[in-house]
Amino acid sequence: MSRVEIMTGNQAAALGARLARVQVVAAYPITPQTSLTETLAQLIESGEMQAEYIRVDGEHSALTVCIAASTIGARAFTATSANGLLYMHEQIHWAAGSRLPIVMCCVNRGVGAPWTIFNDQQDSISQRDTGWIQLYCRDNQEIIDTVIQAFRIAETIYCPVMVCYDGFVLSHTLMPVEIPEEEKVDAFLPPYRPHTILDDTNPRTINPVMFADLRANAEGILCDGYMEIRYKLEYALKGALKTIQDVSDEYALVFGRDHGGLIWEYKTSDAEVILTGMGSIATEATIAADILREKGIPAGVVGIRAYRPFPTEALIRALKRARSIHCLEKAVSYGFAGPVYTDLRAALYGSECDAQMQDYITSLGGRDIQPSTIAEVVLNRIKSDAFDGRFREPIWINCRTE
Amino acid sequence: MDKTKDPNISAMCTLAVGEAGRTGDWRSFRPVIDHGKCIPSQKGRSACFLCWLYCPEGVVRAEIPITIDMEYCKGCGICAEECPAKAITMVKEEGHE
Ligand code: SF4
Ligand code: SF4
Repeated sequence: MSRVEIMTGNQAAALGARLARVQVVAAYPITPQTSLTETLAQLIESGEMQAEYIRVDGEHSALTVCIAASTIGARAFTATSANGLLYMHEQIHWAAGSRLPIVMCCVNRGVGAPWTIFNDQQDSISQRDTGWIQLYCRDNQEIIDTVIQAFRIAETIYCPVMVCYDGFVLSHTLMPVEIPEEEKVDAFLPPYRPHTILDDTNPRTINPVMFADLRANAEGILCDGYMEIRYKLEYALKGALKTIQDVSDEYALVFGRDHGGLIWEYKTSDAEVILTGMGSIATEATIAADILREKGIPAGVVGIRAYRPFPTEALIRALKRARSIHCLEKAVSYGFAGPVYTDLRAALYGSECDAQMQDYITSLGGRDIQPSTIAEVVLNRIKSDAFDGRFREPIWINCRTE
Repeated sequence: MDKTKDPNISAMCTLAVGEAGRTGDWRSFRPVIDHGKCIPSQKGRSACFLCWLYCPEGVVRAEIPITIDMEYCKGCGICAEECPAKAITMVKEEGHE
């Protein structure tokens, strides 16, 4: 029997890693991730979890240890936030280029300068182009389930997965969480098999220097050049759209919980006004949609769970009836607009969805936002006669701009 | 196995002669040995072999007389630079100006 316990998002992530039978943990503490790694350290110390906890001098080393562990065939897990994630940056690319199915929790926090320990999503967004899958969670139940799913996805297609969830809002907030049964998780997640079995009777160099062109090796096999290896990574990620959905569907069958795979929808069947976003802000948008409905506006929410790979087809299907789309974002691509708006506008261009779009930057560095505020700004925007489909500057919510 | 298609999803290579491709193709200068100056040839016993030690491609054979595998010698000139007897001269390959 599965049981329900009250726990924080960080505890849920740690329990997810334990249930996934992670064999190597290497992590460096950083707020708001710290209690996740502390929980793992306790579980390993007490013998409840059979894993190596490798202490390291920083996040760059943490991911390097995971890369080494994953290469030799161990299931590896790490977690970090904000500047810790940025310190890993080089190895984040390296893990993806090596096609290692590492799972990392990014407990989302704003990045310095100036220092903030509070939540936004600038950290994981800034790692968008590294070749990692990025999944964003809405609540603590989704965190524990997503960590388990993430290993299954990662080990199916050999790509690393970042499980992102909002710092403090989820990481330190207590919620009831149903803990999946161990035997069911074991059946759902078979032992990890590395894509390359290291063998000392047949030694190899992993990731040698590549030349621009393909090369014939000593056996006469035409080996990929840098560009072919990168193409394989890109199409593995594109293929992950199906894997993420399939794994989510199978999880729903086995465990009875469906978090939506690539995207999730709230009251969209008759909705003309769609709010969208990732993580807890999208949950908050569901309350804003209800407020808008009370005012007679047919509003709904399309939440983005998979940001990379970007679920273009799923979003076109979900948004094709929308008259206007409102992107609520906790990150900025400085000098242009929010990342979700940017990608969504590109994905929808020329599709059967010709909705008007507006971008909103909100909650940077933990600035509070209420559902009533979201409803109010969206209402003001749809009433505005300047809504003509052209690119408009993002609206910074709850920010003194003059 | 399909000899024309690399099955690996990440980059790797094995320790084998020619694994990096025909590096001899890179050469614009070739090392030419003057065995009248080369120490092992002159002494008639194993000696010096600094060219063998320093060659980054591992293509010098530590024999008497020493030989170089020109399929893979990339023409870097390190052997000529290191030779204490000035027995190796780098000579321009045909077609290279
Ligand atoms: S050191 Fe350079 S030039 Fe000399 S043999 Fe080796 S590869 Fe050729
Ligand atoms: S370094 Fe010069 S002298 Fe020594 S073995 Fe090589 S060619 Fe001969």
